[in-house]
Amino acid sequence: MVVISRNPIHSVLYLILTFFSLSGHYILLNAQFLAAVNIIVYAGAIMVLFLFVIMFLNIKQDQEETKNNLTKIAAAVVGGTVFVILFGAYRKTAIPAFNPDQFDSQIGMIESLGNLLFRDYLLPFELASILLLVAMVGAVMLGKREIGERHF
Amino acid sequence: MDLIEFSIKTATIFVVFVLTLLIAMYSTWAERKVAGFIQDRMGPNRAGPGGLLQPLADAGKMFFKEDFIPALANKWLFIAGPCLAMLTALLASAVIPFGSTFRFNGHEVNLQGVESNIGILYVFGVVALGVYGIMVGGWASNNKFSLLGAIRAASQNISYEVAMGLSLIAILMMSSSLSLGEIVSQQHGGNWNIFYQPLGFIIFITCSFAECNRVPFDLPECETELVGGYHTEYGSMKLGFYLFAEYINMFVSSAIISVLYFGGYNYPGMDWVYTQLTDAFGTQTGHNIATLIGTAVFFGKTLFFIFFYMWVRWTIPRFRYDQLMNLGWKKLIPLAIFNIIITGAAVLFLKPAITAWLN
Repeated sequence: MVVISRNPIHSVLYLILTFFSLSGHYILLNAQFLAAVNIIVYAGAIMVLFLFVIMFLNIKQDQEETKNNLTKIAAAVVGGTVFVILFGAYRKTAIPAFNPDQFDSQIGMIESLGNLLFRDYLLPFELASILLLVAMVGAVMLGKREIGERHF
Repeated sequence: MDLIEFSIKTATIFVVFVLTLLIAMYSTWAERKVAGFIQDRMGPNRAGPGGLLQPLADAGKMFFKEDFIPALANKWLFIAGPCLAMLTALLASAVIPFGSTFRFNGHEVNLQGVESNIGILYVFGVVALGVYGIMVGGWASNNKFSLLGAIRAASQNISYEVAMGLSLIAILMMSSSLSLGEIVSQQHGGNWNIFYQPLGFIIFITCSFAECNRVPFDLPECETELVGGYHTEYGSMKLGFYLFAEYINMFVSSAIISVLYFGGYNYPGMDWVYTQLTDAFGTQTGHNIATLIGTAVFFGKTLFFIFFYMWVRWTIPRFRYDQLMNLGWKKLIPLAIFNIIITGAAVLFLKPAITAWLN
């Protein structure tokens, strides 16, 4: 539905629905923190910005540009290749045996997640935060008004 | 889960739902009364004693008005807008702890829709979704003013959500739990978070004003600039839903404020009252009465904050848009981060020092 909708707004709304289903899966896996964060970050912030931009661009409901055959063929080839790769990967994957006795149902809870992130994976976590900081500084630099330039 | 537990849960959720609607309904009445009081006039006084039936009359009027959909509007999204607004407003009240527990025939019933491990994150997520109702409705109306209102609402909500989340983190660091029930029970015995987090409280309440689109942050519906904002094209009960969702949001955020910062159903001298009641009526009835008193206290706090919202509405004029953005990004977010650092330092160093000194 995300892909086949003609109206980009509908696509975005379906994508939000997809994120909800994803959160539902997280809850079924007893990873409540991940579910909530998924809703807050993706559905609550990123998709709002998507919607925002599309609403600005799409006020006039202009006709969608006609796509020529070359684009269609290229898209079909790329999509088919991705599908083949996914299918191959899926076939090759060995699913580890599930042992109910050793399974810890609390593994998705926020306490164990915090312990894992801040103890075992501290360095990657901090590196990711630095990466985000750099991206943020870059965004601010891009969005900053030049000196002497006035917008309103 | 057996049948009894299931039916108890269902009943609790139903009661929470009805209470939320009822309070939101009478908030509309209270708003006019408070407005009347502040502006030195009467307020509604024709329908019923003291105008108490006014919300019902309004609802009747809303229902019987023509349900109008503009010709160029996107029909489905136009209908979905108010539904989404109402849905997200109502969802949040599920995790609020209204009181401790009821006891009967060996069952302990939590006065809370769902006791969740991630309570506060859930509320935060639902609040983050609240903007969709406004955006979808504003866009679907196919009206420039509605669109502008919707976009203002979206940008305002996103900006203030950041500061709100950061001010919450300080609370979470202190209580080291995300569950609302847990946060409340930690504030037992006058140990309210407001005494430890005054700065966080101010940031939080400012942000919740912005999230509810209340004056002084009601730019999405600012009629001098935008006709009517995102609900310009709406009429009849759809408009009613939008307005009603705002009041539900107000109730929910007041309840969250009183849970997070004012100890929820805890009140000073609670243990003394509890022992007196259990001595007088036995462990079951006494416990239930004590719980009821706690719930009444909780509602007292919540209603006070609803009153505070109205008080502010008729006291402070609206911000300009750039002032709003400057306040959000340049003042509240740095303040919230500062608050986090202070709290972290206090939890790490001050708390062990004080406990060592006390012992």
